[in-house]
Amino acid sequence: MAKLINLTINGVAVTVPDGTLVVDAAKKAGIDIPVFCYHPKMEPVGMCRQCLVEIGRPAIDRATGQPALNDDGTPKLQFMPKLETACTNPVSEGMVVLTATEKAKAGQKELLELLLTSHPLDCPICDKGGECPLQNLTVEYGSSQSRFIFDEKQRADKHVHLGELINLDRERCIQCARCIRFQRDVAGDPVLGFYQRGRLTDIVTYSDPGFDSVFSGNTTDICPVGALTTADFRFGARSWELKQSASLCAQCPVGCNVTFNTRREAKSGGVMAIKRVMPRQNEQVNETWICDKGRFAGYHYTEAESRLGLDAASMESALSQAADKLAAAKSDAVFLAGGRLSNEDFYNLKQLAAKLGAKAYLYSPMAGGEYTTAYGLGAGSNLGDLGKDDTVLVVASDLYNEAPVWHLRLKAAAKRGATLIVAAGRATKLDEFASFVVRYAYGDEVETVKGLAGKEKIGDAIKNAANLVVFYGSDGLGLAGTSALAAACADLLNGKTGKVNNGLVGVWNAPNTQGAYELGLAPAADLKSELKGKTVYVIAADPAGDDPALADALKSAKAVIAQDILATATTQMAAVVLPAAAYTEREGTYTTAERRVQRFYLAVPAKAGTRADFAIFAELGKKLGVELEGRSALLVMNKIAAEEKAFAGISYARLAEVTAQWPIVGRGDLYYGGTGYENKLGLGVHLALALTPAPSTSGRGGQMRPKENELVAVPVSKIYDLGVTMAPAKLLGQRIGAAAVGLNPVTAAKLNVENGGKVQVQVNGVTAEAIARFDESISTGVVLIYRSFGIPISEPTSVKIVVAEKA
Amino acid sequence: MRLVEPFLELMTGMMTTLKMLVTEKPVTVQYPEEKKAVKPRYRGRHYLTRYENGLEKCIGCALCAAACPADAIFVEASENTDEKRFSPGDRYASTYEINMLRCIYCGFCEDACPTEAIVLGDNYELSFTDRRQAVYTKEMLILPVPQGGAPTPQVTEPGKFTRSVPEMKDPVD
Ligand code: SF4
Ligand code: SF4
Ligand code: SF4
Ligand code: SF4
Ligand code: FES
Repeated sequence: MAKLINLTINGVAVTVPDGTLVVDAAKKAGIDIPVFCYHPKMEPVGMCRQCLVEIGRPAIDRATGQPALNDDGTPKLQFMPKLETACTNPVSEGMVVLTATEKAKAGQKELLELLLTSHPLDCPICDKGGECPLQNLTVEYGSSQSRFIFDEKQRADKHVHLGELINLDRERCIQCARCIRFQRDVAGDPVLGFYQRGRLTDIVTYSDPGFDSVFSGNTTDICPVGALTTADFRFGARSWELKQSASLCAQCPVGCNVTFNTRREAKSGGVMAIKRVMPRQNEQVNETWICDKGRFAGYHYTEAESRLGLDAASMESALSQAADKLAAAKSDAVFLAGGRLSNEDFYNLKQLAAKLGAKAYLYSPMAGGEYTTAYGLGAGSNLGDLGKDDTVLVVASDLYNEAPVWHLRLKAAAKRGATLIVAAGRATKLDEFASFVVRYAYGDEVETVKGLAGKEKIGDAIKNAANLVVFYGSDGLGLAGTSALAAACADLLNGKTGKVNNGLVGVWNAPNTQGAYELGLAPAADLKSELKGKTVYVIAADPAGDDPALADALKSAKAVIAQDILATATTQMAAVVLPAAAYTEREGTYTTAERRVQRFYLAVPAKAGTRADFAIFAELGKKLGVELEGRSALLVMNKIAAEEKAFAGISYARLAEVTAQWPIVGRGDLYYGGTGYENKLGLGVHLALALTPAPSTSGRGGQMRPKENELVAVPVSKIYDLGVTMAPAKLLGQRIGAAAVGLNPVTAAKLNVENGGKVQVQVNGVTAEAIARFDESISTGVVLIYRSFGIPISEPTSVKIVVAEKA
Repeated sequence: MRLVEPFLELMTGMMTTLKMLVTEKPVTVQYPEEKKAVKPRYRGRHYLTRYENGLEKCIGCALCAAACPADAIFVEASENTDEKRFSPGDRYASTYEINMLRCIYCGFCEDACPTEAIVLGDNYELSFTDRRQAVYTKEMLILPVPQGGAPTPQVTEPGKFTRSVPEMKDPVD
């Protein structure tokens, strides 16, 4: 605990830890000092001078070295002749800060007048209008007249596309460098910079494509003016017209807290529509950030044209048909559910399957949940608390692509002094921030992890870590590989389980894979053979679209019932289709991979002719004579809490609890943290660790390494792909790009493949076209195939690559 | 004399009536055949105005909707391009509706408008047989294209209409 410092601000006595900046100390005391360039999540730079205040420090008598006293015995104060910036000055004992004196006010006001000399005053058409600190400050301090000559206003480009996602209006920029500093210091993607000097200063992007960072949207939140705006929301509504609904991002297992801004709109036929996704502060999950996948792909799939829906009568008959099929099949039914379902859905599904005696499987490309439930993060863990003496190990995962906000959080942990070890088969963006980078040949994942403890420095970092967190992913691995890897990783954690800030985290590909595992579901080892001749009930998954072999397996099934929100290859071949409501249209909870249960709330009314998944299960239950809760998600959670040990004590009321968080985001105040929303509807609750004895962690391997003159294809993930929840995001089309394969140049040379050249990939019985991309960091003989790009790949397997005929 | 005084008073009154009857013209207006001119600042049914070149003045900023105490206005904006330009600058109102049953004709919308696009006119003859008819759409509110102007959307020269809000003088009546 840092030393405490006493000072007074505007006469209010304040006690804060040593090192606190004056702005922050004032905010803690409820006093707003106006800022532009200072952001509580970034180092101060003192660039804008908006935070001018008077600061007095106790004078020291030079002769005695003792504090000088006034005649009346009070300490003598020494004020600087000029105003000082509150954002760059740390507090000191006995300091006196005056923020609202005439002198300070005059300084703040004049600064504003200078800033406004060249501001275009576009407020009527500016997307920041209504949530803009420059507007707020002008209302607070600004004079209605300027002493500057109007004709000398700076004129600059108003339509600069920093890439296709973010627009820059150069006239509005006040050169605070928040965007540049965010990209450099917080995101670690320094793709923005200043160009030119003085009044010509301009924001430019150095990357190709422009603004090539998956965190770019956050700069539009923290930009204190409307200089940076998103192409996604552009002119979508005025900020004051929008309603807020607390929700979660469902694009990855991080579970970022978001707020959906909604509005009733004519364009959408007079219904409520989601207009934009904004971060909602949760310092333990996503702080005040979200990634571009969450912001720009976010909810768009829930509005896709391929949404399913049935009128009341057809829905009823579909339910009856499904119930008949299940009743006929009984234990010959197989349930297959994707990780997009909520905890409540999984619970009802499990109950239904159990009553029928049917098997229920999770549809996931990654296994190892039995380890993450037993060795997972202890209650109260927070990646934001990791620092000196702590160790984080990331194995077989490219977090920047798979769970971007973790990338950002681990980068910050490394900066605070945590030892970050990244072990992967190829170079990832996190390498740059790691203390140790371990490169292995694909196929050696498990061996590598087993060998880590024996290494000199890395071994010490793992063994002597005060806290140890291990992330493992599915880069280059299928079910068998990830399961073995999870076991090996869990082994490293022996003796540390159940402690705060210690544990194993699976980098899943869906928002609630962890929840499914916690509720006892797991993937089938050999799914194809499980489906043959069975009545298969597929929920929120598209096996047929992912893999032609699974499509064949489904064809060999007795009957297929499909339940989804969108039309997919699976729903097309199903005998009965049950349309489900999207998560934005109902309530529920997800369990993040960090084992935090979080609530999402209703944002828009359910699309006509759909029902929440848990309600569909309850309806089927009614027809099959199984009593299930289908009235509300809250009631289902009450049942879960009563019956599932890990969920004991969880209720919707507890999930909605909030405690004070720092920094204060403050949308409307003058201490400006950005347009992200304050969290008023719940920070979530950590699950207790599964009490079942942990499975054995030893003796599992199973690798596939390329032999001489043989190629092995391994699955890897890219942030933007053609999966069902991504493809409908039209704005991201360019970034998604075409199917590609990664090759070592040496391997490529043997095959006569050029970088960027077209190749034919023959894998898993499919021949597909793809672009070859060279990557020197991967082992030879390995071909990286990106998941969800139309080339089926679930496990490492052999592959043939031939150069495609030049057209 | 107690009888004479009231009688005289009555007669004086009757005389005034008689005098008015002969000298004054009747004030009753034979509406609707005959209509009364309204005062210059009368606030009647709104219209949306255009520039001389036919471009719409409204930039879809929704400040009128924000100012409206009766929540009578609904605005939805979209983006202009030089190939399809409705108004100067980036933004135009793709939907603009006023519910005349909600409107209290206060004129706040006119005051709030940064481009003098919405103006309250002198038409007070609003009657409906259905509530829905009271919702005036942009097509109903916008003035016809002035002579020499072109209808919207227009194809315009790039770089010419970059500003939404023109430099303006203080309004007079
Ligand atoms: S674009 Fe915004 S955040 Fe970036 S320097 Fe300009 S005003 Fe600051
Ligand atoms: S990190 Fe994951 S949960 Fe967070 S916004 Fe991005 S995709 Fe969504
Ligand atoms: S005149 Fe007043 S009530 Fe009517 S639309 Fe305008 S602001 Fe609203
Ligand atoms: S009428 Fe005026 S205030 Fe209303 S949206 Fe149009 S420009 Fe804005
Ligand atoms: S100088 Fe302090 S906020 Fe910019």
